[in-house]
Amino acid sequence: MKYAIQASEVKKRFGTLQALGGVDLAVEEGEFFGLLGPNGAGKTTLISIIAGLTRADAGSVRVMGYDVVADYRLARRNLGVVPQELVFDPFFTVRETLRIQSGYFGLRGNDKWIDEVMEHLDLTDKADVNTRALSGGMKRRVLVAQALVHKPPVIVLDEPTAGVDVELRQTLWQFIARLNRAGHTIVLTTHYLEEAESLCNRIAMLKGGAVVALDKTADLLKRHAGAFLRLKVRGELPADLAARAIRDAGGAYRFQLANYDEVEAVLAPVRAAGLHIEELQVQTPDLEDVFVQVMADAPRQVRA
Amino acid sequence: MSGPVDQPAAPPVERPVGRPVATAELHSGFRTLLYKEMLRFWKVSAQTVTAPVLTALLYLLIFSHVLEGRVQVYDGVGYTAFLIPGLVMMSVLQNAFANSSSSLIQSKVTGNLVFVLLPPISHLEFFGAYVIAAVVRGLTVGLGVLVVTMLFAVPPLKAPLWALLFAVLGSGLMGAVGLFAGIWAEKFDHIAAFQNFFILPATFLSGVFYSIHSLPPFWQATSRFNPFFYMIDGFRYGFFGVSDVSPWLSFVVVGGSFAAISLAIIGLLKRGYKLRH
Repeated sequence: MKYAIQASEVKKRFGTLQALGGVDLAVEEGEFFGLLGPNGAGKTTLISIIAGLTRADAGSVRVMGYDVVADYRLARRNLGVVPQELVFDPFFTVRETLRIQSGYFGLRGNDKWIDEVMEHLDLTDKADVNTRALSGGMKRRVLVAQALVHKPPVIVLDEPTAGVDVELRQTLWQFIARLNRAGHTIVLTTHYLEEAESLCNRIAMLKGGAVVALDKTADLLKRHAGAFLRLKVRGELPADLAARAIRDAGGAYRFQLANYDEVEAVLAPVRAAGLHIEELQVQTPDLEDVFVQVMADAPRQVRA
Repeated sequence: MSGPVDQPAAPPVERPVGRPVATAELHSGFRTLLYKEMLRFWKVSAQTVTAPVLTALLYLLIFSHVLEGRVQVYDGVGYTAFLIPGLVMMSVLQNAFANSSSSLIQSKVTGNLVFVLLPPISHLEFFGAYVIAAVVRGLTVGLGVLVVTMLFAVPPLKAPLWALLFAVLGSGLMGAVGLFAGIWAEKFDHIAAFQNFFILPATFLSGVFYSIHSLPPFWQATSRFNPFFYMIDGFRYGFFGVSDVSPWLSFVVVGGSFAAISLAIIGLLKRGYKLRH
């Protein structure tokens, strides 16, 4: 099996901070891979090492089989990165920016593809506008376009939807999903877990510089046993029952259940108290529930 | 520039599935980086070319007004004519430094250096593009200063190849020093400090405005440790065919400094010093 990205025992320390404490991770070709974790978990450090922006203290990373240090030219040629920070070069227009970025990868006469990328990201109207004059969302689109000018087989997006409006998120994910269907490997970091849940086929969770969960999205969701019962009644729940639930702002109670048999254990006392049920829902856990559980279970600091 | 292409309903993404780019398809990004670096200063040429030409012109007007007829450095050469090559070379050197240092620090501070660090550009290509762009900016400004100042006096150009050689080597050296300053600096203040406490005194005390033979012995000896002195003196030899020291000595000093500093900086770039930490 050839991997799009293969990280082995990657360690990185910044001063006293152990940013990555021996990360092993392999992303297969064609995957839509999610890299999740709280701020400071090491996601961006790992991406920087993959991209060659940061050097690992130990361990190795390969992109499409090419070592990011020894074979850096081929590794970088095969990789497109959308950086997290909203950066731009104020000297150039959108089209100039994309042509220049293309040229950095040794591609000239790439206008057909540049036009196509601009079209898909709704940038065509802004082609001859200086990047300095663009809104934040538009600048983000330019960054995405820049990462795609050389049609990299592996595309890494570091929080591409942070602070962007719904429309761009939709446009962006449609485009990225199509690239993925066409065979590009996608690696994504995001704090929007519903995005990761719907897009990624496999997910790694990082905490304190270590991988604390790595599985297919569907299996991760199954891992969180049980369900949630959301209940709203007219009047007050018996005190012992209310103590088992979390009450939300709308006055509804949320019970965490180990399995569906426990539904009856909640409803029986409600019936016994003669309360009228206004709303009732049984919810399956989503990625956010899994994430919260994984983060709570994981050790605070993994080996230094 | 072509307009947007007509989009079919489901346009194909052309890169074949999962096929990595292999060695044969790898082309250099050097040309584009060099082009970008030149376009960058050319887009703001009022500030990067016209302004330094005007500054040099003011120096010429003031110094020649005060000193013409009072100072004779070489036989048969008026002070204004003597001053012109010095001012030209000073502008060449300062602007070469300014180009690479300001480009790099701007990209670092704004964060867009990442656009250059992500592509497969080698450390040699990176060095070459920044330094050559600095040479082009230095020579452009130098030529501008020469043309404008020649309205006031026309120095002879007795050995043009020597003049060109020192202009290229000097601006290359200063472009490389500027590149180092840009790599090392973390904010604009650091570049300004480098410029104000090192570049400016060294250029002013290098014999732009005078011949070191007019200095007391101590300062004559001190000047000989200033690499800028050799750049200016060698360049001036190209105009008058006479100089304070042999142009061959100047060539060895300037060429040797350029080679040594280039090797050091290429080594730093290779290690990723301060750029890929």
